[in-house]
Amino acid sequence: MSREDTYWTDDVPDQAPAQGPAPLPPWTETRIVGKPVQRIDAYERVSGAATYAADVILPDMLHGATLRCPHAHAMVKMIDTSAAEKMPGVRAIITDKTPGANIPWYGNSRLFDPHCRFEGEEVAAVAAETPYQAWDAVRAIKVEYDVLPRISSEEEASAPKAPALTDAGNRVASGKPYERGDVKAGFAAADVTKERTYTTACEIHAPVESFGCVAKWDGGNYLTLWDTTQGVFPIQQTVAQLLKLPLANVRVIGPYMGGGFGSKLGASKYEFIAALLAKKTGRPVKLFVTREEAMLAFGNRPPVKMTIKAGVKKDGTLTALQMTNVGIMGAYRAGGAGGADFVVRDLYLCPNVRVEASDYFINAGPSRAFRAPGHPQGAWALEQMMDELAEAIGMDPVEFRLKNVPAISQANNNLPYSTTGLKDCLAEGAKAFGWQEARRKGTGAGAIRRGVGVAAGLWQGGAGGPPSTVIVRLFSDGSVNLNMGASDIGTGTKTIMAQVVAEELGVPFERIRIEHADTGTTQYASASGGSKTVPTESPAVRNAALDVKRQLFEIASAEMKLPPQDLSIVEGQIVSKSDPTKKQAIGGLAGFRSRAVIVGVGYREPNPRDRVTRPFAAQFAEVEVNTRTGEVKILRFLAAQDSGRVMNAKTFANQTFGAVTMGVGLAMTEARVLDRGQTGKMVNANLHDYKVPTALDVAPDPICLPIDLHDSFSNTGAKGLGEPSTVPTAPAVANAIYHATGVRCPDTPITPERLCALLAKAGMRT
Amino acid sequence: MEDDRDDKDAPPPQSLSRRGFIATLGTGAVAAAATAAAVSAAGAATSTPADAAEMVRVTLTINGRRQRLLVEPRWSLLFVVRDQLGLTGTKVGCERGECGACTVLVDGKPRYACMTLAVEAEGTEVTTLEGLMNGEELGPVQQAFAEEDAFQCGYCTPGQIMAVEGLLRANPSPTLEDARQAVSGNLCRCGSYPLIFKAVQRGAELRKRRTT
Repeated sequence: MSREDTYWTDDVPDQAPAQGPAPLPPWTETRIVGKPVQRIDAYERVSGAATYAADVILPDMLHGATLRCPHAHAMVKMIDTSAAEKMPGVRAIITDKTPGANIPWYGNSRLFDPHCRFEGEEVAAVAAETPYQAWDAVRAIKVEYDVLPRISSEEEASAPKAPALTDAGNRVASGKPYERGDVKAGFAAADVTKERTYTTACEIHAPVESFGCVAKWDGGNYLTLWDTTQGVFPIQQTVAQLLKLPLANVRVIGPYMGGGFGSKLGASKYEFIAALLAKKTGRPVKLFVTREEAMLAFGNRPPVKMTIKAGVKKDGTLTALQMTNVGIMGAYRAGGAGGADFVVRDLYLCPNVRVEASDYFINAGPSRAFRAPGHPQGAWALEQMMDELAEAIGMDPVEFRLKNVPAISQANNNLPYSTTGLKDCLAEGAKAFGWQEARRKGTGAGAIRRGVGVAAGLWQGGAGGPPSTVIVRLFSDGSVNLNMGASDIGTGTKTIMAQVVAEELGVPFERIRIEHADTGTTQYASASGGSKTVPTESPAVRNAALDVKRQLFEIASAEMKLPPQDLSIVEGQIVSKSDPTKKQAIGGLAGFRSRAVIVGVGYREPNPRDRVTRPFAAQFAEVEVNTRTGEVKILRFLAAQDSGRVMNAKTFANQTFGAVTMGVGLAMTEARVLDRGQTGKMVNANLHDYKVPTALDVAPDPICLPIDLHDSFSNTGAKGLGEPSTVPTAPAVANAIYHATGVRCPDTPITPERLCALLAKAGMRT
Repeated sequence: MEDDRDDKDAPPPQSLSRRGFIATLGTGAVAAAATAAAVSAAGAATSTPADAAEMVRVTLTINGRRQRLLVEPRWSLLFVVRDQLGLTGTKVGCERGECGACTVLVDGKPRYACMTLAVEAEGTEVTTLEGLMNGEELGPVQQAFAEEDAFQCGYCTPGQIMAVEGLLRANPSPTLEDARQAVSGNLCRCGSYPLIFKAVQRGAELRKRRTT
């Protein structure tokens, strides 16, 4: 498996910390973990008190702006900054020629490489007193480009006389083909064989907080970055490495961030541009990119063309699955490619599987990891194919899927799953949705048709694992400080960790404060991505809290003359379990007062090696299709989700709804459009023409159905949530549209225009 | 609140906000191009035409407080509120009238601060997220968003809250459809819309409770 497939481990150091004692089993009963408690930082986020990187204003701060290549493919011949330098408020201009700017990027490229391989690639940058003045200066920089022949599609990239974008050509295989069993024999054994090509369009992450940071140097070699990021430590590593600074001299701070979805897992060029501008001017520099820049140059979900062939017996047994994928990763390899085949390898029982994938380079923004890389694309193809097969053998789509639920991970040497809720997601989900009744109900006869669809999914990651170090400090008044490196990207990480502390130490929420996401003051954590944050951090937090408890009970045991195992913490007091009249306020312990603080350290233990831990999902959609206009309304939606233990019922449901919303975007609204015929430029690099789902595009009252099978792979039993929950959404909607109309939509997004054409072709449009 | 407008007879800004647009069209991410016309009407409140980079005097009323400022005529209300006054509760998302993160109330109506010039806001009452607070206490809509968990990353949230505040000022008992329309110009990429709809209902309850 290539590095790109395992992006969620990219920033993890090679060495795992030394193993401690065997992990504890998860709780059997909880008082606060799992409960729908309000977020610990709700006040900050709704009052405006939360300071995002975009909100940071420092004394004497300058504003940066970046000049980007306006062409899909060009060579910079000449840059003239003389006019720009004389403009009001301009304090520094940097280009490829600036000392220190020779920073390697994208393999053989560099920070301001004159060879620009996509529209939006960085050419120069300005720092000025105001952002307006910075942009005035950017516009005044004269650049001469040699516009080069460009490639804007797979067809152009594979044409015989296509210009080569890399020394190795325009096409790269993503790993060796995967094969198990014998697909030829599998297809021969099938009663029914189906084949179809499905495609997904390129999606842009489009977090509402754009990309950027504030850079400030203290002295010559100490750099602080206030950054909008999913992980402060990966940024620290890249910045230290490329600027040749000690890790300790790079402080990255990012306690609040306004959305990332994979696009903010690691460093971008802006950190380096801001740092160079700050260095040159001797002043702090804020550099946030505009929306258009964000749409062009900060990642995307690569489009994939997937040809899937499947064989099935009349009784619903899958005999063979074969998938050939062609992806488009953009101008450079920057993560997020591949992965579309994983659902085919692992979701359903099938002895004979073959998948092959390759990616093309084109002159467009490079892809980045985007919420479950590859998985929603793969599910788009597999889950519609499952629907086709079910229909062909006259079996209910839920029943057909249930018939093929594996207990082992076929993609991981047939190891058993620690738990798999796929069956329950499908069965319980169908029950709660009223699947049978809804399926039997007619689709209607007029212009308005109604239908229901189902799809399932899983996520390759979501188990978490080492390394993570967490510190919990107990003060002598019983209040607690939790110190961890992880970012809370909106998923409720801080709240969940506070719940874990409260569970173990009996501290009320108001007495827990959290320091996090700061390389200068908090402990190492990998980036919040791969749906691994809660599975990784919550066991470490629990271990840190238990370490505090152990030390506290040692002190109390000596002073209260009771064995440690007889002690419990109840509302700031040490209480004897056997005789609750024996109690002592925590602050009253002389041994504690003399130390003033108890520091507990927790590490994340490795996961069991003999099991595979993976989250599962099944989703159900009811839609209404206007066959005259091609408009689709999502009436009802149910998401059944096995992410192990539900740590917080509120944030669990919220994140699931959000994943579904994003899946609706894939299904219905989102597509990067390149001007293929003319310029190769992106024609919808804004949030008006690139359509992120709005409040009017989603089911108003979706249902989240958690499936918790009490997994004990870690001491909390929480599996990943954010990514698996977006995997089945788009095919569930497409299958519902098929049920309503009999029209199969192989390409995303299913726009009214596209659906009208399909309906007309099928004679459905009157 | 003191009435300290300099010119009570000044005509209201002749702009059609994108929000007004959305209300009339009733669809999702609709066009913002029309606001270009609104921008050109900016500066109507100042008497002498000024060079783009030349500072002009402007008096703004923000959260009931009168602010005398020197601004470039091209500065957006968003830039002035955030970068000049440090009121960073109002967020910057797209600076082109598409995402709604910068929504503030102008004379009680939701408006994109990125598509409003600072000079255009002269003579109006501007309310930002900070203006909904009563000291350290959350306003009812803010409280409702917290209780209903109507956000994830929280970055679009100030704009959502201001859109809902504007809705409830005009319509204290909105239906679900009213709620969906009211926030349809505010993108939430985390996708917490269903919980935002719940927060609208909860906010309406809390507002009524506080006013009775």
